[in-house]
Amino acid sequence: MADELSKVFAALADPTRRDIVARLAVSDATVSELAAPYDVSIQAVSKHLKVLEDAGLVSRTREAQKRPVHLEAEVFDLMTKWIERYRKRAEERYQRLDALLAEMNDGPAASEPGDDIETPQEGKAS
Amino acid sequence: MSTTATRYPEAAIEADKEVPIIRITRDFRATPAQLMKAHTDPELFVRWNGPETVSSRIVEWDVRDGGSWRYISTHEGQDHEFRGCFHTVGEDKIVQTFTWMGMPDQVSLETMWFEDLGDGTTRLHAQSLCDSFADRDAWLSSGMEVGVNEGYKALDRLLEAGEL
Repeated sequence: MADELSKVFAALADPTRRDIVARLAVSDATVSELAAPYDVSIQAVSKHLKVLEDAGLVSRTREAQKRPVHLEAEVFDLMTKWIERYRKRAEERYQRLDALLAEMNDGPAASEPGDDIETPQEGKAS
Repeated sequence: MSTTATRYPEAAIEADKEVPIIRITRDFRATPAQLMKAHTDPELFVRWNGPETVSSRIVEWDVRDGGSWRYISTHEGQDHEFRGCFHTVGEDKIVQTFTWMGMPDQVSLETMWFEDLGDGTTRLHAQSLCDSFADRDAWLSSGMEVGVNEGYKALDRLLEAGEL
């Protein structure tokens, strides 16, 4: 799983490949269509596509010679999930900091754990 | 400073596409000085830094420009050592390096800036510049392993609902 995600991120670390992905988000396209805006050979674009394909970001249908390239949107959902998990962890850390800061506001003697800070969480305060 | 109405009662995260940076923004009901203290006082720092399942002990904590820090976190019987250098300790800003000793050659540069919003709240801007995209992404994916079991279902529901 970790390797899978690393591949995705590595594939997207390149600006040309990000451009290609952005283009494919609009619609499927053939290799020559993808190569058109760039000052590079079709072979170079094919290389980029190979990296994107290995990362599971794009796929190519086997139909006829055109073989349009298709963006696999689900892979982006995976990335979003991973980043959200990281965010969630940071948020948990900062909620602990909230609690500490509330204590600092109340002074060392009177610590009110249930102190009402306007955070949009469910009312699970004890 | 003309900070607009956007509020961050929960951490917002951004993984930059152009440079290997992670940015976090979060508002706190506190002054910049209090946030500074929570980040620099070693006893306060260990109280909020890790989840309850992780206990941390500070080995070195020299809060000054050029001073070193080092702490060991124990999670499920395993020690993880972190270390770095306080490059700059200002009134409302900390610039420091950060290394997890499991990957001792990978150093990230962390900038934390506490912005007074003028209404009793302070915005934390935290930026981590990693030395490669691979390093940055390893950090992002490490979110899987520690302290994320709770809330997964809620998170998945949010994702399914397209609210994220």
